[in-house]
Amino acid sequence: MNPYNYLYVSALLFTIGAVGVVVRRNAIVVFMCVELMLNAANLTLVTFSRINGTLDGQVVAFFTMVVAACEVVVGLAIIVTIYRSRRSASVDDASLLKR
Amino acid sequence: MTTSTSLVYLIALPLLGATILLLAGRRSDKWGHLLATALSASSFGVGLYQLSQMLNRPTEERGVSQKLFSWISVGSFNVDAGLLLDQLSICFVLLITGVGTLIHIYSISYMSHDENRRRFFAYLNLFIAAMLLLVLGDSYLNLYVGWEGVGLASYLLIGFWNQKPAYATASKKAFVMNRVGDMGLSFAIMIAFATLGTVSFSGVEEASHTASKAALTAIGIMLLVAATGKSAQFPLQAWLGDAMAGPTPVSALIHAATMVTAGVYLIVRSNFIFDAAPTAQLLVVIVGAITLMFGALVGTAKDDIKKALAASTMSQIGYMVLGAGLGPAGYAFAIMHLLTHGFFKAGMFLGAGSVMHGMNDQVDMRRYGALRKFMPITFITFGLGYLAIIGVPPFAGFYSKDAIIETAFNAGGVKGILLGGTALLGAAITAFYMTRVMVLTFTSKERWEDNQHPHESPILMWLPMAILAIGSVTTGFLFTRGHALVNWLSPVVGEHAESEEMLLQPMVVSGLALLAVAIGVAIAVMKYQRADVETVAPQNVSIFTRIARKDLMQDSFNEAVFMRPGQALTSLLVKGDENVVDGAVRGIGRTALGAGASLRKTQTGFARSYAALILIGAIALIAGIWVVTQ
Repeated sequence: MNPYNYLYVSALLFTIGAVGVVVRRNAIVVFMCVELMLNAANLTLVTFSRINGTLDGQVVAFFTMVVAACEVVVGLAIIVTIYRSRRSASVDDASLLKR
Repeated sequence: MTTSTSLVYLIALPLLGATILLLAGRRSDKWGHLLATALSASSFGVGLYQLSQMLNRPTEERGVSQKLFSWISVGSFNVDAGLLLDQLSICFVLLITGVGTLIHIYSISYMSHDENRRRFFAYLNLFIAAMLLLVLGDSYLNLYVGWEGVGLASYLLIGFWNQKPAYATASKKAFVMNRVGDMGLSFAIMIAFATLGTVSFSGVEEASHTASKAALTAIGIMLLVAATGKSAQFPLQAWLGDAMAGPTPVSALIHAATMVTAGVYLIVRSNFIFDAAPTAQLLVVIVGAITLMFGALVGTAKDDIKKALAASTMSQIGYMVLGAGLGPAGYAFAIMHLLTHGFFKAGMFLGAGSVMHGMNDQVDMRRYGALRKFMPITFITFGLGYLAIIGVPPFAGFYSKDAIIETAFNAGGVKGILLGGTALLGAAITAFYMTRVMVLTFTSKERWEDNQHPHESPILMWLPMAILAIGSVTTGFLFTRGHALVNWLSPVVGEHAESEEMLLQPMVVSGLALLAVAIGVAIAVMKYQRADVETVAPQNVSIFTRIARKDLMQDSFNEAVFMRPGQALTSLLVKGDENVVDGAVRGIGRTALGAGASLRKTQTGFARSYAALILIGAIALIAGIWVVTQ
């Protein structure tokens, strides 16, 4: 199979994730869209690793997974804390830093 | 040249006094005046010792020098802080320390009721030290230090009673006008350095033989500017009248006998420059002639006894400058008049102080009169000074002033007749206004205010007056006996060959001068002794009197020509500074603020808009890279 197809899929996933981050208000959904973008990037890395026949991309993909796992821990903790105090998971409500 | 190690004590002793009194402060109130007087007197003692040493040496070895330390050493340019005592400086040293000590003694009594007497004596000692440095410096740069020092001391002493705003203003005026002259001196030093490469007296004298005439003329004119500032000569004369705000001993010491004659010293010391620059020399005589008339005319209209004497000082220094501008023929006579004037004018100022002391500090001569009976010693000492200044033989002024008038007549051609005529007319006017002072103060009817009880001053005050009066009687005779002073000074100022052709014989000049004096005295006696004098100056007087009362409009002139345009220029510069310089800085600030305010609108606080911006940025970046690499 042509490895370039993986790149098309990855671009599609990244775009879906990016649009989701910009247009959705629910923090959980935004969070999942961010995960989607990260994994799209992972897919790209692995694809290029395959195309070039080296292991560099795969190694970097592992790093990304580790970072993503950390991000999930911290991000979910923040979202849960905000929800507890404000009874809302909307990212637009959390705009107090402007003032 | 002989070297000596004791010259520095001349300056160090009074400087030590000033330092101790200023540092010890109120703790030295009880003995400060005695210490200052003793140190001034011991400086005079050192001067006498130096004179005796000098007399023991042959003529060509009389100059003494002392190198203190190496002051400036830059490449090939070296200036040592050095002192030079020659036949010219010793005259000044003895005048400054001698008259200075007498005035210290006088001030002990005169200032006894002033709670700041100690500070006054500290300044007096500072002045003596600075003035000695001025006349002892062996280069223009050393002279300049003393020159500024006496300016400072003069400023401090004019404004000694600076709790009165008018007095503080007077001291500021004197300081500012002196700065104009000081600028001339610093220019002269710079030109000398740039063109001759040296600033020491001996170096400049040597270089002046080969230097270009233009450079010497420029130096000469700048030195003349310096002299006009310090010696209150036209056109920088306006400060001297106001300087009378200082205590009377200050007027006697600084503004009559010593500091104001520094300009004459400068011209005579720079004789080699002026001899080689006839244009500058001509300007010197013109300045002298104008000032001697200017001061004499102002003197006729002043009712304040100190201001009348100040105008007279200005006029007499005009004579000295005139003499100094006449070249080798006149240098010695200028110095002779300077020395005799130092005696009689200091004596008269002290006399004026004595009168004020007895009359509750009244200075208006229209409120004096008939003081002869109540202050006999002051009357006699003042009277001897008076006879000396108007030039009655055999008093001192006769010899010195007559010599200048005679030299002026013999300057040759139209110039000689003009200068001689001016000097002669000045002598007549001098006789008039000094007789006016004498008559209004001592001999006419009583015009006192109520509660005034004139009395003779204590011995500490009249003794210095008496000594100065003796000086004003005898010095002229002593200096001219066998051309003593002329011969004494000739190694410094140059020999003068007697010219064969004389316009007027000395006897004729003396006769004319005495006639002029007699006319002046007669008019003054008729006007003020015979007639009643009003206690308030009459207002319905001629325009000339009114102008003379206003010092020949000198202040109005300075205000119109220098002060107001200067103020306009300053306010223009202030506006330029505010609008252009400050405007540019403020504009930059405003631009940054405005840019910040408009950029801040993008900071909405919504995470999603930030995310969108990041996304747009990333897309733009990639698109850019794609466009560039294609």
